[in-house]
Amino acid sequence: MAVATETEKSRPKLIPWTEKIAGLPWWALLILLGGVLIVYFIYTSPTYQDAFWFLISGVRLTILVSLASFVLSLIFGLILGMGRVSKNVIFYTISSVYVEVVRGIPILVLLIYVAYVVTPIGLQFANALGSFMLQNLAIGPVARLAEYLANLDIQGVDMLVRATIGLAFAYAAFEAEVFRAGIQSIERGQMEAARSLGMSYFQGMRYIILPQAIRRVLPPLGNDFIAILKDSSLLSVLAVRELTHLGKLNRARTFRTFETWNTVAFLYLILTLSLSVLVKVMERRMSFEE
Amino acid sequence: MKSKIVHTEGSAGVVDPLSGDDDIIVIEHVYKSYGKTQALVDANLRVKRGDVCLIFGPSGGGKSTLLRCINHLEKPDSGAIIVDGIPVSDARTNIDLVRAEVGMVFQLFNLFPHLTVLANVTIAQEKVRRRSKKEAEQVALELLERVGIPEKADAYPGQLSGGQKQRVAIARALAMNPKIMLFDEPTSALDPEMIKEVLDVMLDLAKEGMTMVVVSHEMGFAKAAADCMVFLEGGRVIEEGTPEELFSNPKEDRTRLFLSQILE
Repeated sequence: MAVATETEKSRPKLIPWTEKIAGLPWWALLILLGGVLIVYFIYTSPTYQDAFWFLISGVRLTILVSLASFVLSLIFGLILGMGRVSKNVIFYTISSVYVEVVRGIPILVLLIYVAYVVTPIGLQFANALGSFMLQNLAIGPVARLAEYLANLDIQGVDMLVRATIGLAFAYAAFEAEVFRAGIQSIERGQMEAARSLGMSYFQGMRYIILPQAIRRVLPPLGNDFIAILKDSSLLSVLAVRELTHLGKLNRARTFRTFETWNTVAFLYLILTLSLSVLVKVMERRMSFEE
Repeated sequence: MKSKIVHTEGSAGVVDPLSGDDDIIVIEHVYKSYGKTQALVDANLRVKRGDVCLIFGPSGGGKSTLLRCINHLEKPDSGAIIVDGIPVSDARTNIDLVRAEVGMVFQLFNLFPHLTVLANVTIAQEKVRRRSKKEAEQVALELLERVGIPEKADAYPGQLSGGQKQRVAIARALAMNPKIMLFDEPTSALDPEMIKEVLDVMLDLAKEGMTMVVVSHEMGFAKAAADCMVFLEGGRVIEEGTPEELFSNPKEDRTRLFLSQILE
C-alpha cells in the first residue's frame, strides 16, 4: 500500500479513494476475469465443452508424470547435492560432471536423448547382465530376476516411463544445486558441534544438517515442482498422452485451434497458479518460524 | 593406571611414549598455517588430568586454533597431539571415538535450532553412545537441572537467552560423560549480566575435577579455578605458568603488558 508523503496529503484529491483503488490487486482480478470467461465458454459452447472433456484426461497424466519425475528428481538430487558438498574427490567429481553436463543441455534434447539413446543402451546392459546371471548364479528368486532382465525388450519399456525418467534426470541437476545451496546455507558451526559430540560426518548430515537444510529449501523446491509441471508439456514430442499432446490431437481431430489452445492454457494456469499460492503460503509460514 | 579411550576391541590408536601418566593432553611441536598466515608455530602444551588450563592472548594469536586442534576440528600441519594416550592426528585413529570423550563449548553456542533443548542434549547420547531414549532423557534432565534450566527442556534454542543457550551447550557436551571439556571463548558473545551464570557452571565443573581447557579472558575465573595459564601470541606459546606466577610476576614483558591491559 502506498504511503502518502506530507505534500501528497496536503494536496486536495480530485477524486477521493484513488489511492485505495490503485493499491488493489487488479492483476488478480484480471486473471480471474479471464478464467471466468473461459469457464463461461466451456459451460455454454459445445466446441469448448468437447475440447475440455477430451483434454481433461491429459491433466491427470500431466499431474502423475510431474509428481513421479519430481519425486525421482528429489532422490537423485539429494544424492548429487551431497556429492557437491562432499570432500570425497570421486563423489564430488561425478556429481559435478553430472550437474554441469545436464544443466547445459536443453531439457527437450535431454528427453529425446534419454528416450532413444540411454534407454536402448541401458537395456543392452540389462540383457547382458541377465544372461550372465542366468549362466552363473541362477538360484531361486535370482533366476527369475535374471530371466526377466535377459528377456527385457525395448518395446517393453513404455515411452511414458522413459519420458518420466528423462524429466527426472534433467531436474535432478537443478534439485542438486538447490540442496547444495541449502546445505551450504547452514552455519559451519552446526557440523562442528555435531562432530565435536562424536557424530560421524553422515550422522551430522542426517540428524543435524539435512533436517535444517531441507526445511530451508522447501519454497524453492515448490517452485521447481511448478517448473517441472510446465516442462512436462515437452513430453508431447515423445507422444506421451499428457495435456499438451492431447491438445495437438484435439486440434487435429476438430480443427478448432482457438478453443483447443485456450482450454489447454487455461488448464495449465489453474494448476500452476494454485500451486504458486501454496508455495507462497509455505514461504510465509517459514519466515514466521525463522 | 592409565585409562585409555577404548570402546570396542582393538579400537583407537597406540599409546605414545611421550605422554606421561598424568598428562591427559600432550601437544608437541604443532605447526599450523592458513596460506601465508601462521596460526601456530611450534606450539607445546601439557595438561594434567583434572587440571583447568586457561589459554589467553591477543586475538589472532592462535588460541582457538590450538584448542580446536585438540579435538581435531583443525588439522595441524605437523607435530603431535596426544589425547588420553591416543594420537589424534594419526590416520589410523578413529577420531569420532576421541571426540566422544572430549566435550566442546563454542563461542556462538552452536545449538541445534531444529531440536528442542532436551533433544539437543539427548541426540548424541542416542546416536553415538547408543543409549536408549529413556536413559538419555533421564541424563539430560539431570544435567539441565544442574545447569539451572530444567524448565526449558521443551523450549527451542531460539526462545532462550544467550546465557541459557550456553548452559544448554555445556549440558549437551557433558551428556557424553567426557573426560575433557574444551571451552572456546564461552562468554565472549554474552551480555555482561549473563556471563556470571555461565562462569558459575564452569566453576562447579572445575571443582568436581573435570579436566578443562578454556580459551578466555575471564581473569576472575582464572584466579578462582585455573591450575595453569598459557599466554599465546603470534601462534607461539610466550609464557606458561600458574596463575600466581603470571599475575604477580610474569617472566616476559609481553605477558606483563597484555595482562595489565586487560586487568586495568
